[in-house]
Amino acid sequence: MSATAVETRPSSSAPQFATDGRRRLRGIRPGLVLAWLVIAVVLAWAVVPWLFTGQDPISGVPAEKLQAPSLAHLFGTDAIGRDLFTRVVYGAVHSLSGALVAVTVGLVVGTLLGVLAGSLGGVVDAIVMRIVDVLLSIPGLLLALSIIILLGFGTVNAAIAVGVGSIAAFARLSRSEVVRVRQSDYVEAAFGSGARLHTVLFRHVLPNSLTAVIGLAALQFGAAILAISTLGFLGYGAPPPTPEWGLLIAEGRNYVATSWWLTVLPGLVVVAVVLSANRISHALGRNR
Amino acid sequence: MPYLARRVGQALVVLALAFTVTFVLLQALPGDAILIKFESPELGLSPEQIADIRASYGADVPAWQQYLHTVSGFLVGDFGYSVQYGTPVHELLAAALPETLALAGLGFLVAVLIAVSVAFLSTLAPFAWLRQALRSLPGVFVSVPVFWLGIVLIQVFSFQLKLVPVIGADPVQSLILPVLTLAIPISAPLAQVLARSIDDVALSPFVAVVRAKGAGPARVLWRDVARNALLPTITIAGVLIGELIGGAVVTETVFGRAGVGRLTEQAVANQDVAVLQAIVILAAVVFVVVNLAVDLVYPVLDPRLKRKAVAA
Amino acid sequence: MTAPLLAIEHLDVAYRAASGPRRVVHDVSFDVQPGEVVALVGESGSGKTTTSSAVLGLLPGGGLVEAGAIRLSGVDLAGWSDRRLQSVRGARIGYIPQDPVSSLNPVRPIGVQLADAFRIHGRGDRRDIRARVLDLLDRVGLDDPALRAKQYPHELSGGMRQRVLIASAVALEPELVIADEPTSALDVTVQRRILDLIDVLRREHGTAVLLVTHDLGVAAERAERVVVMQHGGIVEQGSTAAVLDAPAEAYTRQLLADAPGLGEHEFRHPRPPLYLRDASVAAAENPFALEASGLVKEFSLGRGREPFRAVDDVSFTVLRGTTHAIVGESGSGKTTTARIVARFVTPDAGEVALGGEPVRALAGAAKRVFRRRVQLVYQNPFASLDPRQSVQEIIAEPLRNFGIGDRRSRAASARQLIDRVSLPAALATQRPGELSGGQRQRVAIARALALEPELVILDEAVSALDVTVQARILELLEQLQGELGLSYLFISHDLSVVARLSHSVSVMRRGRIVEGGATEQVFGAPQHDYTRELLEAVPRRAAADARGASDRPSASSPASPASPASPARSTRKALA
Repeated sequence: MSATAVETRPSSSAPQFATDGRRRLRGIRPGLVLAWLVIAVVLAWAVVPWLFTGQDPISGVPAEKLQAPSLAHLFGTDAIGRDLFTRVVYGAVHSLSGALVAVTVGLVVGTLLGVLAGSLGGVVDAIVMRIVDVLLSIPGLLLALSIIILLGFGTVNAAIAVGVGSIAAFARLSRSEVVRVRQSDYVEAAFGSGARLHTVLFRHVLPNSLTAVIGLAALQFGAAILAISTLGFLGYGAPPPTPEWGLLIAEGRNYVATSWWLTVLPGLVVVAVVLSANRISHALGRNR
Repeated sequence: MPYLARRVGQALVVLALAFTVTFVLLQALPGDAILIKFESPELGLSPEQIADIRASYGADVPAWQQYLHTVSGFLVGDFGYSVQYGTPVHELLAAALPETLALAGLGFLVAVLIAVSVAFLSTLAPFAWLRQALRSLPGVFVSVPVFWLGIVLIQVFSFQLKLVPVIGADPVQSLILPVLTLAIPISAPLAQVLARSIDDVALSPFVAVVRAKGAGPARVLWRDVARNALLPTITIAGVLIGELIGGAVVTETVFGRAGVGRLTEQAVANQDVAVLQAIVILAAVVFVVVNLAVDLVYPVLDPRLKRKAVAA
Repeated sequence: MTAPLLAIEHLDVAYRAASGPRRVVHDVSFDVQPGEVVALVGESGSGKTTTSSAVLGLLPGGGLVEAGAIRLSGVDLAGWSDRRLQSVRGARIGYIPQDPVSSLNPVRPIGVQLADAFRIHGRGDRRDIRARVLDLLDRVGLDDPALRAKQYPHELSGGMRQRVLIASAVALEPELVIADEPTSALDVTVQRRILDLIDVLRREHGTAVLLVTHDLGVAAERAERVVVMQHGGIVEQGSTAAVLDAPAEAYTRQLLADAPGLGEHEFRHPRPPLYLRDASVAAAENPFALEASGLVKEFSLGRGREPFRAVDDVSFTVLRGTTHAIVGESGSGKTTTARIVARFVTPDAGEVALGGEPVRALAGAAKRVFRRRVQLVYQNPFASLDPRQSVQEIIAEPLRNFGIGDRRSRAASARQLIDRVSLPAALATQRPGELSGGQRQRVAIARALALEPELVILDEAVSALDVTVQARILELLEQLQGELGLSYLFISHDLSVVARLSHSVSVMRRGRIVEGGATEQVFGAPQHDYTRELLEAVPRRAAADARGASDRPSASSPASPASPASPARSTRKALA
């Protein structure tokens, strides 16, 4: 549903001339292909890390400590001689599953709230929107920290905390999409041809409003990876020696002056994954 | 003006709810901060002494009484006592705030500068490849973890280029990298929204009309497009206040600066509930006030809303 | 022979696309003489707007003049840089856009926007400019110029905004004004006044006008010469009289035949319906498909303000098997009336009876049953079809809602309906996004017919379509009425279309019906001033004059501007 649907845009309905930007996007998009490739590779890291590296992520070879990147150690080694690339590969599962949990929490709770508010309206709408206002008013990181205090440290708890922070975004978007679709002529036409509320909701409103929500989910996936690595960096996520990406960077911090690879390379992996997730979200969002 | 009254009322409701939510969250703690600190056998305190301490922190009464007590305290600027330090929270905050305000304020300013230059240059720059490159810049900025950016900046500017000293920097020098670290990720969504609104506005018929009068692209961008494109950007700027506060916390940690960020970190580590609650509520107040201000500024910038605002 | 003011020679324009350049205008050549009005006529996608944008050098992104010349007083502008063209735009070529609502900057006052032209071209100092702005506002017929100059666009009506835009187009007294559909977004009575204003101003300064329009009526009434475009090329050009009276090309003839109320000089009268031709049927039971009486609908404007009465004591009837039209300008309450009948809006007072049965109080299940008997077709076929459903699913949905038949029989019914509205069977599996506007409207009609309703409400159902497409849809509607004995309630702002399709008509204004009756009678001998004004505003060529002049040599003579001596009178003549 991602790449192909764009091409079927009606030529007759589009304004006589699209801007060159819009036109350019109809062709093949190498950036998008690359983005999917990055996500695919990182997913593979998470599922079958041993296919990518033969070394141990937890125990190192002290003699080989703090070596710069080389063919033997792609990303170099850390202070106790562990291969950094191996640690990054084995860390993928923590970041990805954490992001998955976070997005699921936000998506399920937020969309449910938003769809309820949008389709029921009235008091329900008012209450939900106030809840959303409150969630928005507390900065994401502080909200996450408050929840972590409640739930305790750890990967899953950090992920849930991040997910709660994204509820507001999902609720707002899904509500406004539901409201938009509900006002459309084709929904009225469906009522006009005898459809009942639940039929209209499931046949027309939800399918047409959730596309945008999927796009947001991809975006939030990237944001969740960032947020989880931030919590890991601050020490509220997985405990050492877990090779969680944020924690890896935190550990490398002490060697900033001498061993640049310890911070730079894991960070670049995070940037690449987040960038790819955003790129995919962008493409999904355009399909509306 | 009834619009103002209604909007302020709404803001107060949100704050009251935010207060309640954080109170419930933090009071429902599995661990009792006071017990954690004073129950350890090394201190050798008797249960009676602990009970006394609990009483002195107001922790010995039912939750709803604590709630009322805390509310009335917050209303007069009394945020309770830090369990960790034993000092009033407002003193801790007063000490930490100036550093953080300077960082956040400057960070936001620089973010706006970066965003505006990127958005405008990506529209006006002479070469297509340059415009394209500038267009993709915010997408990269938004994907960079704040803490990592800080470390990389230290690495490049302090250790490689030796432009900014790591130790012994004067106050101004010591602000440069933290401000950049904070500003770059914040500037990204601003630049994206601004660039997108410039694109949208540039396609609207009134721009064609002005161009048909003989105006050049720069004049049109500056006099006609900019103000229209500013409107959605200001809304986003208001929402980004939350990001700014979170970013400041992380930045202070990375650069080892004393401020609200470090206070937050320590509060979480020590389960110092009173401190964290005060910080959260303070952040919420800032957020709500800024967004209230945005809503009130909007009709000034967009004459179409003026009548509605007065009438509603 | 004077040199042409504007000479377009073998113009090719293309847009860059991923698949290579796509040519949208090819080999277009025509002239505009000084002081002359030339109409560039065509349907959407004909390349008329692209051609006019090319003259201004303001092609949208990716557009490029590939070949040909655009000569202004002999000088070719085609190769000029944007910066060089800036000295021409506004000063020598003025531009009037289509949509007055979105063509003024919403956040700057009118006066400042009008002053732009002077400032950009460095004409006059501050005080001088202010005086000229006020003078311009006065000349385009705005009262209290000093106040208007301070107001923002949203404080002005559409017609007033278009006056402001005209003022800004003629501010520097250019030799040529390009008017791109200058009245398409306006009500018909406003349209007439705006066109008159352009006429007056251009005569004062001897300005030439390139009038881009889809409306042959406007072209016929206002232009000395007509250039007909289709698919990016010129089909035919010549003097208005020659082209309209003796079109040489099949496409022009088609366009003329399809343009409502223009092909013949009389409104067409639909055949009386089957039911009226058969006395025995007529005598049987209730002759009315729909009776609406005393309908009132008010909308609240907020506390402490008088509610807005959108529909005010509206009564009318629809005879079984006939078309009743409600005609009016924007804000007349015609659409609200239609929505009351469709039971999407509940009236504050009044009664609607369908086949003699009152339906106003229906709710819940009874309302759903009512839905089977009344169907609504919307104006915008791009919004009224679910983009995620296939054509077949869309058409079968009403049957599914009422549990009629099984999956297979519903699919068969859908295919029958697709055939009934003359769509190719292959479309059944496609989605609305792959269809053209006309095809989509056919799908919407097929969906409306699925439940075999007694009454179909057509809410501006052909207004968004090109003339030739519109004509085909109207034919389809007539044909379906004849075959199925349908009754239509036809809502429209377009008198020509109403005249063509409807048997009876109600004229609405500000929520009230000012006049009603048989269409022939109402349009032939209007009793109410407003009806008369509406009819007179329909753009029509001064039929008799033009007829007489048609054997004149077709070469345009700039000295004699079109002189539609009281077009109003000739419209009446034509209608009589």
